[in-house]
Amino acid sequence: MEKRENQKAWLMILPVVVVVAFSAIIPLMTVVNYSVQDIFGPNDRVFVGADWFLAVLNDRRLHEALLRQFLFSALVLVIEVPLGVLIALAMPRKGIAVSFSLVLLALPLLIPWNVIGTIWIIFTRPDIGLLGHTINSLGISFDHTASPFDAWITLMLMEVWHWTPLVVLLAYAGLKAIPDAYYQAARIDGASAWDVFRYIQLPKMRGVLTIAILLRFMDSFLIYAEPFVLTGGGPGNSTTFLSIYLVKLAVGQFDLGHAAAFSIIYFLIVLLFSWIFYQALNTIGTGDRR
Amino acid sequence: MLLELDQVSRTVGGESHLRDVSLRLEKGTLNVLLGATLSGKTSLLRVMAGLDRPSTGRLLVNGADVTGAPVHRRSVAMVYQQFINYPNLSVYKNIASPLRLAGLLRPEIEHRVRGAADLLRLTPLLDRLPGELSGGQQQRTAIARALVKGADLVLLDEPLANLDYKLREELREELPKIFAGTGAVLVYATTEPTEALLLGGHTATLHEGRVTAFGPTIEVFRRPNTLTTAQVFSDPPLNTIAADKRDGGFYFGSIAVPAAGALAGLPDGGYTIGFRPEHLYPDRPAHTAVEIAARVVITEITGSESFVHVAFAGRRWIALAHGVHDLAIDQTVSLFLDPARFLVFDRGGALAAAAA
Repeated sequence: MEKRENQKAWLMILPVVVVVAFSAIIPLMTVVNYSVQDIFGPNDRVFVGADWFLAVLNDRRLHEALLRQFLFSALVLVIEVPLGVLIALAMPRKGIAVSFSLVLLALPLLIPWNVIGTIWIIFTRPDIGLLGHTINSLGISFDHTASPFDAWITLMLMEVWHWTPLVVLLAYAGLKAIPDAYYQAARIDGASAWDVFRYIQLPKMRGVLTIAILLRFMDSFLIYAEPFVLTGGGPGNSTTFLSIYLVKLAVGQFDLGHAAAFSIIYFLIVLLFSWIFYQALNTIGTGDRR
Repeated sequence: MLLELDQVSRTVGGESHLRDVSLRLEKGTLNVLLGATLSGKTSLLRVMAGLDRPSTGRLLVNGADVTGAPVHRRSVAMVYQQFINYPNLSVYKNIASPLRLAGLLRPEIEHRVRGAADLLRLTPLLDRLPGELSGGQQQRTAIARALVKGADLVLLDEPLANLDYKLREELREELPKIFAGTGAVLVYATTEPTEALLLGGHTATLHEGRVTAFGPTIEVFRRPNTLTTAQVFSDPPLNTIAADKRDGGFYFGSIAVPAAGALAGLPDGGYTIGFRPEHLYPDRPAHTAVEIAARVVITEITGSESFVHVAFAGRRWIALAHGVHDLAIDQTVSLFLDPARFLVFDRGGALAAAAA
């Protein structure tokens, strides 16, 4: 058959082009525009090159926010992933108890994020909050509006409560997908419970755990609503994470150039770490051949 | 070893999985468990392995009762329909895993793994991960794991079902040879009558948790003791029809078939006649054959054979004919029944007489 050019094909991909353009490319290019120019009005702009980037990279408060952000994400991963796997292992495998546990687990995931912040404010208030009041009654001074340490504890508790169920659901799905024959084979081999976990369950969960880790890293690295509602970034700057600082720059101080440059750097960091995690998780445990 | 099952039953949550199974499996024999899905093959294998405890009845190994003994204290290896290997261990480590768990020394492990890998043609693949192998190679790895263990009882649960046709034929031929030298009792579960016949050995037919027959495979096939056994051990399904014997012949529909040979001595009364699809002929096979007119329902043509589904006297029958028979739907065809091929069952389903 003869090959023919068919220009009509362009028409077919037009909807996708339009959607991607409006949803991704145009907003991103706007940010790029703002990051390399000083814009005063539609016809009044100055090209500033890498100035904004250099300013942002030398911003001490940004360095602090970045460190805080890494610490926060690291804690999230270190706590939520093992905890999620443990809970998934302890979940019932059949019967009505499965539906019950799944619904219970999914509840925190169904609550709007800013409401979660509000719930925890009330829950941990020293005067009327169930948790805050109880802890203070035990003679331990606890107030997340006054102590940075208490603020972090509250934030981590909230985060773990909110998002560990996602890890559990993913890990549980991974566990359920393992055919029963694997467990039988392990029993016939005389493998211990630890062997079963190490050589069957964990490798079989590799795929879902990769997704869990990537999702939890990205989400926690971009966290905004919950700490904004709970602590507003305080006390002091102790819970000012990258997003909160970015919003302060962009909305609070209307520093659009800085904010745009910051956004791009932020985006690149998330991209870079997600890629590193993905690569690492795909190869871990497979190099051990003999 | 000698494995005996003595009236083994297993009931799970009020549902009966196995009923009164008694079997005697001798050292070095190949035993096929033949039955449809859910007939109890896997339940039986699990009980034999010691993964499940029978609800009633006993398991004897060399005469000693092992009914309650946990699986890891028995000498059992098992291969499954799914290719079960440790996903992040190399082929070498996979094969070595039961030996490591048994606490063998390194040189001994190396020696045995190499031997098994040689036999199963896995030597060039020892460094690969299971995920990097084809289905056939993955199953060979699983078989090597079972072999290397040197177990007295080797259970194979439809091990070839997930392989393509060519690999299945190849491995089916190799499997009995691979385990032949070990003296193990080999138990092979399958849904396919053809596979049982190709494997030979002994066959136990299973139906709804019961062993309906157990004996040398060919014997069970030629003289099925009951209608159920004949139906389990027939693919395509056995053709059957209810018939009355009187005046020296079998009567069904408008047809009369003379009762000759072994069938002649049967008392008059009601019977079920069964005959296999290859014994419903498109051409007259012998002068004693009886012609019938049947309506074609559909024809499945495989190339070398045609499966002609027909309706006759309210029954659905299948005729297996050589070559391509391109018959139109609803066309009437002449087919021939050879009473010399009849299996005659009494009203209770027990074999009354087999003509051939």
